[in-house]
Amino acid sequence: MSIQTGRDVHAADITDDDASVQRTTIYVYEAPVRAWHWITALAITVLIVTGYFIGSPPLSVPGEASDSNLMGVIRFLHFSAGYVLAIGWLARIYWAFVGNHHSRQLFMLPFWRRDYWGGVLWEATWYAFLRTEPKKYVGHNPLAQFVMFTVFTLGMFFMIATGFALYAEGTGLDSWQYALFGWVFDIFPNSQSVRTWHHLGMWAFVTYTILHIYAAVREDIMSRQSMISTMISGERMFKDNRDD
Amino acid sequence: MSSGPETFYEVMRRQGISRRSFLKFCSLTTASLGLAPTLMPQLAHALETKPRIPVVWLHGLECTCCTESFIRSAHPLVKDVILSMISLDYDDTIMAAAGHQAEEILDEVRATHKGAYILAVEGNPPLKDGGIHCLPGGRPFVDKLKEMASDARAVIAWGSCASWGCVQAAKPNPTQATPVHKVVTDKPVIKVPGCPPIAEVMTGVLTYMLTFERIPDLDRHGRPAMFYGQRIHDKCYRRPHFDAGQYVEAWDDEGARKGYCLYKMGCKGPSTYNACSTVGWNEGVSFPIQSGHGCIGCSEDAFWDKGPFYERLTSIEPFAAEGNADAVGATVAALAGGAVAAHAAVSIVKTAADKRDARNARAAARAAQEAGSNRSDA
Repeated sequence: MSIQTGRDVHAADITDDDASVQRTTIYVYEAPVRAWHWITALAITVLIVTGYFIGSPPLSVPGEASDSNLMGVIRFLHFSAGYVLAIGWLARIYWAFVGNHHSRQLFMLPFWRRDYWGGVLWEATWYAFLRTEPKKYVGHNPLAQFVMFTVFTLGMFFMIATGFALYAEGTGLDSWQYALFGWVFDIFPNSQSVRTWHHLGMWAFVTYTILHIYAAVREDIMSRQSMISTMISGERMFKDNRDD
Repeated sequence: MSSGPETFYEVMRRQGISRRSFLKFCSLTTASLGLAPTLMPQLAHALETKPRIPVVWLHGLECTCCTESFIRSAHPLVKDVILSMISLDYDDTIMAAAGHQAEEILDEVRATHKGAYILAVEGNPPLKDGGIHCLPGGRPFVDKLKEMASDARAVIAWGSCASWGCVQAAKPNPTQATPVHKVVTDKPVIKVPGCPPIAEVMTGVLTYMLTFERIPDLDRHGRPAMFYGQRIHDKCYRRPHFDAGQYVEAWDDEGARKGYCLYKMGCKGPSTYNACSTVGWNEGVSFPIQSGHGCIGCSEDAFWDKGPFYERLTSIEPFAAEGNADAVGATVAALAGGAVAAHAAVSIVKTAADKRDARNARAAARAAQEAGSNRSDA
């Protein structure tokens, strides 16, 4: 065991219960997926903060109305971030067609597969502290995939549709935004309802963000593979070479 | 009372209206309909040559505020003339006939103007228990409405009752009050919502239909786009304060005195499609926001259930009694945050315990191994 692993760092220094020997890495997240992830994370952050202030504006600005454009700026940031989010989402959908098979996982829920739900249950028992060791996953684990699909993916479609419908109220009945998203008002004839649901959607994303970041940090530490660095380098590194 | 061959113009002249006043009326109506000034002669020509269209005005579950508004239409001539311009053959609120005499007119109009008359409906039919919660003339209103609609050319749904349901359809809607378009499905239904609608909007819609003999351009909900194509907020004179971030924070504060935006006081202008901020009320004197009170969204679907009127965020019953999206959302997010913190704590403790157990197990194994080798030595 005298494998040279670097200057003054030798595999011989590694004890048996360290799993640092012969680590396997798999390239999972391609560059466009990673870029999309971080751009979307930034856009969602801006959208949540500005969206909250659109619902509950900050204290009034003193002085002449012509000297200030606070709400104008807040709304501009919200709409700009909304466009970034929506265009990014379109690009992400495109990449699901041309990217590797991991890029498609976000859009799929194997609802009719029995073993998938078995996997969800197994993962739930891991989170309920009923397992001593988790399983290894190259992509999302089944429980993560469930939350990703039901909360994030469906949530994205919902927020983009309701968001652009509300935006179309400003751009007018003859705008392309209204032509594409006006159908939202067939479901909610009173646009105040669209506001309420869009606002609830924001809180769904706040909750999702809390859970997402927690799960990523926790799994990075406790699972048998890398998490956070994977979304930076794209490489999924496994901490051991044992089978499940 | 049925219409003769008289044209609108003849009727107006007969009522002592000068040609000058008539042309003024035509100019103002052309402008209020958003038509090019060059179309004014066309409008005048239409009124001079076209026979009056018979209109039947029915009342279901309603409060008659639409009629009250309509008869106050303030454009020149209208309050004197519009009732003559259209041949208002039946309107139980303001007609001279009563009882059987009045009800006979309905049959007469149906027979003589089959497929030609306009059915204006104020109020809506309650459908529960066979419609017995509204019995004008001793019959369920829903039957009368369906019967009269079957031979009408088009149906105008006056006001929020006929268009959306309004207060009688607010939760829990005990009489199952139902807007007209859900009952009359085989005829074009033009919604002119508002509680009440603006008088000039009502007369404007009628005048357009008489002039061009067609239904005005409607939006996806069936409202005339020329009056309901934009929100109160889009044309509100307080909009600059909204964009600047200047709001009334309380009813008696400095912002209220300065005429700041009423957004935080629950103004529903941003979600209400109506012409109040352009046409105004009572001869254009004012409209709610100009008087310092937020819009309550009276021309919108289910506006009674989108309250409170004085708060920006709508309460979301039944999920949370009196709670809004922020209250519910923040609670969910806080619960998630708490759960995450607790879960993290348990994870840390359990991982430490597992590591200690593993260490102890290894130590025990080593000890056992050593003990074993000691035995073999011995």
